[in-house]
Amino acid sequence: MKLLEPVIEKSTALVPMHLQIKGAHAFQKFKKRLGLARAIPTFTETLIPPVADLSLGEIDVSNPFLFRQGRWLEYFQRLRDESPVHYQANSPFGPFWSVTRFEDIMYVDKHHELFSAEPIISIGPQPEGIEIQTFIAMDPPKHDVQRQAVQGVVAPQNLKEMESLIRQRTCDVLDNLPVDEPFDWVDCVSIELTSRMLATLLDFPYEERRKLAFWSDVAAASPETTGGTGYTAQAFEVAGAMAKGFSELWREKEARLKSGQAPGFDLISLLLTNENTKDMIDRPMEFLGNMALLIVGGNDTTRNSMTGGVFALNQFPDELAKLKADPSLIPNMVSEIIRWQTPLAYMRRVATQDVELHGQTIKKGDKVVMWYASGNRDERAIENPDAFIIDRKNARKHLSFGFGVHRCMGNRLAEMQLKILWEELLSRFDDIEVLSEPEYVQSNFVKGYTSMQVKLTAKQG
Amino acid sequence: MSTITLIEHDGTEHSLSYENGQSVMEVATENMVPGIDADCGGECACGTCHVFIDPQWRDQLGEINLEEAQMLDMAPEKREESRLACQVRLSADDNGMVVKLPEFQM
Ligand code: HEM
Ligand code: FES
Repeated sequence: MKLLEPVIEKSTALVPMHLQIKGAHAFQKFKKRLGLARAIPTFTETLIPPVADLSLGEIDVSNPFLFRQGRWLEYFQRLRDESPVHYQANSPFGPFWSVTRFEDIMYVDKHHELFSAEPIISIGPQPEGIEIQTFIAMDPPKHDVQRQAVQGVVAPQNLKEMESLIRQRTCDVLDNLPVDEPFDWVDCVSIELTSRMLATLLDFPYEERRKLAFWSDVAAASPETTGGTGYTAQAFEVAGAMAKGFSELWREKEARLKSGQAPGFDLISLLLTNENTKDMIDRPMEFLGNMALLIVGGNDTTRNSMTGGVFALNQFPDELAKLKADPSLIPNMVSEIIRWQTPLAYMRRVATQDVELHGQTIKKGDKVVMWYASGNRDERAIENPDAFIIDRKNARKHLSFGFGVHRCMGNRLAEMQLKILWEELLSRFDDIEVLSEPEYVQSNFVKGYTSMQVKLTAKQG
Repeated sequence: MSTITLIEHDGTEHSLSYENGQSVMEVATENMVPGIDADCGGECACGTCHVFIDPQWRDQLGEINLEEAQMLDMAPEKREESRLACQVRLSADDNGMVVKLPEFQM
């Protein structure tokens, strides 16, 4: 179907990127009318049966309601015990393998030459017509070049510079929270803090920071990609808005550089001053991809760890007492929160050749899903894995950041943000009471919360 | 008995004995030397056991394989002397080796 190649490939010097995306949307609608567009699955929530009622072949862990309905623990336990390399032939996302034990996930993640991250790391494909290119979904050597160009922005040296700004912005949010009355922790704290952080990283207009969170949510929510609640028109609209916003920011910084100003230490300035990426704006899908990767990578994940930590301490109240008695446990607790929450449930790969694993033959071209959410609860690798233990030994040895060449680039930033949050929370509040069961995201990829009502008790004295 | 010396970024020195076949990462973590996280437990898959070893020692340690080179490429503080401590296996010949730690692990 060569005729239907994506049209977003022109230099943005000729056609502004958001107009190209508009064109692509029109084209996609046209394809749909002709019956040439790929069908998009729809998801309606039904009650998920206990795993014991199913045969192995019927188990489908791509169900986007598995986390919300709390069934994921028993489903993955069964796969780990009975079918550690499991084939699901008929999911709404097509056939895929699930790898669910800690050691096997490590193996797949490490062997990028056997398991390619291309073309994308979600179970399903990206929305047709806006297939953005990001290095999380590129193999070496292309991956390495692009990652090296941007990782300075979240490297520890830079974080040291940013720490006081992040702390100041965190304090500002916490000082303005209501005390002794219910409010939504997700919106007032988790989303607000991550939006502030992203605006700082990108040097994005600060008053418009909530756009970043919204764009990122839409980018991760397409039904065909992760079973989310997005829809095609919205995906195109947001891609257009992102393209416009980020191109303007790029051109602005480019102009400043050309006029002789020193480059800032934000993401776009870094890209503009690197030989390999200074023309990235002329490769629109790559440009958009890198911007999207940073905001998606840094958004849901940290946000849901901020919510997950509060939720975990409410379910394990003894741990809160331990924490108050010894705040020096915060860094270790941060790792435990990230393990316990596992904000991204998996990464997907494609086998580059036939691979034998636990007696199963994964065929070249098959999709392979590494379920971090399962590996982080694998009793073969982690003692008492369902318990939240803030002084757990080897708490850093978890799968939530992945391993190998794609290991999370933002992991130090995420840990720093969470550390600051908990230090500042402990110095202000005696209790953060979760008032009711939180609401969960509909997705097989993002393991997180859409809202959680809490009530704060101020610290005495 | 063979020993190696680990020097933290702030200059703190640790003189540590080892058994042949142990990795530098294992020696460091067993002795709780701060500055080596070793998040992957020695699988060459996290890059958080980054160290610097001077050429005089490095040359006798053998070639860096592709896997290690690729992980090292992602270390922001990578230098000519960079190694991943979990990939450096010690033998009797390494008695007296000096290993320096970077300011950060990533
Ligand atoms: C708790 C928070 C976070 C979690 C759980 C998380 C999780 C992950 C995971 C699982 C991967 C893929 C690993 C693999 O394929 O082996 C990844 C990659 C990545 N993450 Fe994160 N992440 C978090 C925070 C962040 C932040 C704050 C940023 C940036 C601001 C970020 C940026 C990235 C990037 C750019 C990649 C791609 C790296 C590559 O392909 O080389 N992440 N993250
Ligand atoms: S311990 Fe992870 S790379 Fe050495």
